[in-house]
Amino acid sequence: MSSDPLVVVVGGGPAGMAAARTLVEAGLRPLVLDKGPRPGGRKWQKPATAGFERRLPGHDPDLAERAIAEFLGMIDRIDWYPGTTVLDATRDRLWALGSDGVIDQTPWDALLVATGALDRVVPLPGWTLPGVYTLGGAQAALKVHGCAVGRRVAFLGTGPLLWLAAAQHLTAGAEVALVADTSHRLGALAALPDLLSAPQRLALGLACFRIVRRAGVPIRLGVRAAIVEGNETVRGISVESRGGRRHFACDAVAMGFGLVPQTQLLDLLDVPFDLEPTSGLWLPRTDRSGRTPVPRVYAAGDGARVLGGEAARLSGERAALAILEDLGRPTDPERAARLERELARQERFARGLARAFPFPAELEARTDEDTVVCRCEGVTAGAIASAVRAFGRHDVNAVKALTRCGMGRCQGRLCGLAAARIAARAAGVPLGEAGRLRAQPPIEPLPARARCMVAEPNG
Amino acid sequence: MDEPEQPLDGGRGRWVRLDPMSGERVPFTIDGIPARGRAGEMLIAAILAVRPDLGCLPPDRRSRAGFCLIGLCQDCWVRLGDGRRVRACTTPLEPGMAVRLDSSDESW
Repeated sequence: MSSDPLVVVVGGGPAGMAAARTLVEAGLRPLVLDKGPRPGGRKWQKPATAGFERRLPGHDPDLAERAIAEFLGMIDRIDWYPGTTVLDATRDRLWALGSDGVIDQTPWDALLVATGALDRVVPLPGWTLPGVYTLGGAQAALKVHGCAVGRRVAFLGTGPLLWLAAAQHLTAGAEVALVADTSHRLGALAALPDLLSAPQRLALGLACFRIVRRAGVPIRLGVRAAIVEGNETVRGISVESRGGRRHFACDAVAMGFGLVPQTQLLDLLDVPFDLEPTSGLWLPRTDRSGRTPVPRVYAAGDGARVLGGEAARLSGERAALAILEDLGRPTDPERAARLERELARQERFARGLARAFPFPAELEARTDEDTVVCRCEGVTAGAIASAVRAFGRHDVNAVKALTRCGMGRCQGRLCGLAAARIAARAAGVPLGEAGRLRAQPPIEPLPARARCMVAEPNG
Repeated sequence: MDEPEQPLDGGRGRWVRLDPMSGERVPFTIDGIPARGRAGEMLIAAILAVRPDLGCLPPDRRSRAGFCLIGLCQDCWVRLGDGRRVRACTTPLEPGMAVRLDSSDESW
């Protein structure tokens, strides 16, 4: 048995890469697992096009290339497993499916979860039509593949990504039909003091807004309702705001209402979650150092709390220092303190964003009963509400058992939050009482042909 | 104005390539019909640049064209000629791939 403790990092995005670098510099040999083919995560995914993404606002390919080159420069001191999907975790072992189709396991002494985030969606009439994408999806199509997801794309949602994705599409020469934000201008003004804590990020947001306005794209703020129109495919979108209801022709819709941390592994490891009442998100309990209440389990980046790419790098480095501190290795307390001060600044900016772009709970609560909530299993809002009333159960895990909502391929990643709100409303209880969908191993679909190399523990 | 204009490829592609396809072209087939994609791209981009969707999936057999494009929603699984089923948004395009959209809903 090796004398060095085995530190496992799940996720090779900005947070995981920063953590790995910090651990290597301290003389450890971390094991880093990532689903993607190369380091960088979704933030710095390698473009398939030649230099196309270089001119997009908010994208710094040089920063990405430097960080990736730095990571690859120390690859002989990292056990790097790309193309690897983590399936399950217990207090001393981790199971993963490798790119070779083999399921293997590893023990771990310290585990850092840096698994990133997914767009939050609100089920709307027509949102399951082909041609509707998440904002992050449309952005990936653009940045990675140089493609627009349609000939005329409408953007719907709220948050910085809404405006960034729309501005990036316009800069790339895509046609944008509409930018519809559920937030109001007033919220942005109230948030200004907090947003000034990260002036560069604020400047980027304003630049994106200007790009959209100068392009003459229709803008709707304070959107209260939206319907994606079409039978077989997207034909248009109609949105309702103070100015009334209006139809816009389009063949694609990109939608997103903030991001949701991907916390399934932390859940399996019994990290406690707390309801953040304004957003309705259940967030894993972590402190600014990345420690969770579960010994030897750490969380960093957008997979713990959505603070953005810069904060992800800071929190990855901070969590690695926490691991070193807890292993009794020498660390520089001033370095940790500096990182925490920087993170505090990013948290303040995130508070500003939450105020400027609040989650539109009313839009979600108004989900029409015929609207599909769970796209994997085809469960409607009406079916959820009926089950809640018929069986007198409003816990979202009971709703899952009764209706199959959240039981499908994506395991509730897209529908879980909306299902909880619909269940709570149907039962007339506060949102928190509906709880949250529990993660179930394997946390990703597993091909039947996967071969298992796992021997009996201790065998 | 209300109807999207006809694209150059004859109207079958959902996605629009915004930069000219430079570099190596990768040949593959969709339901036996030859197609070409770009080296380094994921299968979903190669398919949707020439097709409107990825076929249907149970339980409701609605047609799909991907959704999250980051490997989490599981809406873009397609079957390949060798029997494998792959997630199109995280599977790199390889020369000679034989995509079967007409049979992707046979079983799940």
